[in-house]
Order: sequence, then C-alpha cells, then structure tokens
Amino acid sequence: MPVLARAIEAVGISTVVVTMSPYLAQAVGTPRIVGVEFPFGHPLGHAGDREEQMRVIRDALRAMVEIKEPNTAIDLPYVWPEFDYWIKAWHPEEPAPITKWLREQARLRAEAKRREEEQA
Amino acid sequence: MPVDSFKWMPPSLANYYRNLSMTRAEVPWTPLRKPLSECRFSLLSTAGAYLKGEQEPFDVEREKREPTWGDPTYRAIPRGVRQEQIGVAHLHINTADLEADINVALPIHRFLELEAAGEIGSLAPTSYSVMGYQQSNDEWRDRIGPEIASRMKDEEVDGAFLTPV
Repeated sequence: MPVLARAIEAVGISTVVVTMSPYLAQAVGTPRIVGVEFPFGHPLGHAGDREEQMRVIRDALRAMVEIKEPNTAIDLPYVWPEFDYWIKAWHPEEPAPITKWLREQARLRAEAKRREEEQA
Repeated sequence: MPVDSFKWMPPSLANYYRNLSMTRAEVPWTPLRKPLSECRFSLLSTAGAYLKGEQEPFDVEREKREPTWGDPTYRAIPRGVRQEQIGVAHLHINTADLEADINVALPIHRFLELEAAGEIGSLAPTSYSVMGYQQSNDEWRDRIGPEIASRMKDEEVDGAFLTPV
C-alpha cells in the first residue's frame, strides 16, 4: 500500500494510510500513517459496528489535517478485545498457497535430513 | 502506547519482517488545501473486493497454482454499491467479515454518512480495491498506482483514504 499512497500523493492528492503495520509503512516511506492494533482484515473495526468504524475514520481524517511532515505515524489507542479468539480467527480457513508451500518445503527438508541421518 | 505492528502476525512472519532490511523511498507530499468539509474523498483498500457478476474476481486460482504470484490488477467500486453486490477474493485473511460489512475495510457507506452530515465535502463517484498479496510491487508502482491516481485526479479528488488489510 505505501507504493500506492506515494503514487497518489505524487499527483497532488493528500493520502492517509490506516494500517495494522505502521512500522512497515514507515520503514518503506508513506506520506501519512495511522496505526491501529487490530487483527488483519479489520483496519476500521468490527463488522456491523458503525460507531467504532466512524471513530477510527474520524481520527484518521483528523490525522490528515494534523500531520505536517511526510512519513509521520499517529497511533490510535484502541484495544481489540478477545485476543485469544481473534489471533486465530483473522486467518483464512484454509492456509494461503504460499503458507502451504513453505510448510511443504520445511517438511521435505526435515525428511531429507532424517534420511541422511539414518544412512549415516 | 505505540501500536505493536507484530502483535497479530504468526511468529515466523514477525521474525521475517523484523529482520528484513527495507529501503525508505522518497516520500512525496501534498498538504490538504481545504477544510475536510470541503474536500472530496476517494477510498482504496487492499481487501480484494469486486462487484459480483459484473467484474472478474481477483485471480486466486492462478495464485493457488503459483503461490508466489498475486493478482496485481484493481477494481473500481462505485459509490452507490450495495453490500450484497460485493465479493471478496483474498486468500490471506478470513474474508467473512468483509463479505458481511465491507465498511470494515472500504468504508463507502460511512463516507456517504459523513457527506450527508457535512463533515466531508463529498465521496467521489469511484473508490478502488486491489488484492494485497504482492511479492513484487513493480506493477503497482509502474502501472496500477499511476492509473488509480490519474482516475482520482479526473474525479477531482482532494484526499485518498487508504486501508491495507
């Protein structure tokens, strides 16, 4: 997203990025960053919670006015409840293809190592 | 308390990002020139949202065959969109909440309410969605970003509200 923010800002449009990863946005360079400590997939809050969504949106719009220097991040103080549930619930039901592929590579490496050790 | 960017990541991914050396690009800067109540906004999310039956979903089938590839294209979402028209194609998050309420990531209905209340000038005719899983940013940097930016410019947008998922 930072690369899209920079492309839009470059044509003369102000941008704000509301993100769960303000550290990464700042590391690569982003005009204005608003950090939220929400689970992935939920930058503006819970589904169906209009009040919460409005609170985050209004805070982010205010940040657009208040931030005066490029690559500034403002963190919002909201705490997402039920960590133990959501740390699992934000994930897709089926692991992403790259996750499956990485796990398969790790399994193959472990198997090759075991076979080597058996032969030794 | 500062936001912990790694709190929700699996430990392996958090480790990867903590140790990744990243190059900071030059950051362009456009100050907001008008009060919010006079500004026109457009929205852009990486949620993988598309219009069911009218637009192709993001190509998750190819991603299943080529796990390091992510569809770099974008979809234009009109301001009059109803929730039931929205589909979500994204293999890296649980999409159930976005399919129930797209305002969690692409807050079109919230911005229409802000427009009606006079808190913002207006929501532009068009908002946008991409799909956030990209191993390379080249297409977004060279083609998709400039194209979305140019369309926003054509619709006289003052501010863009961006929400990676």
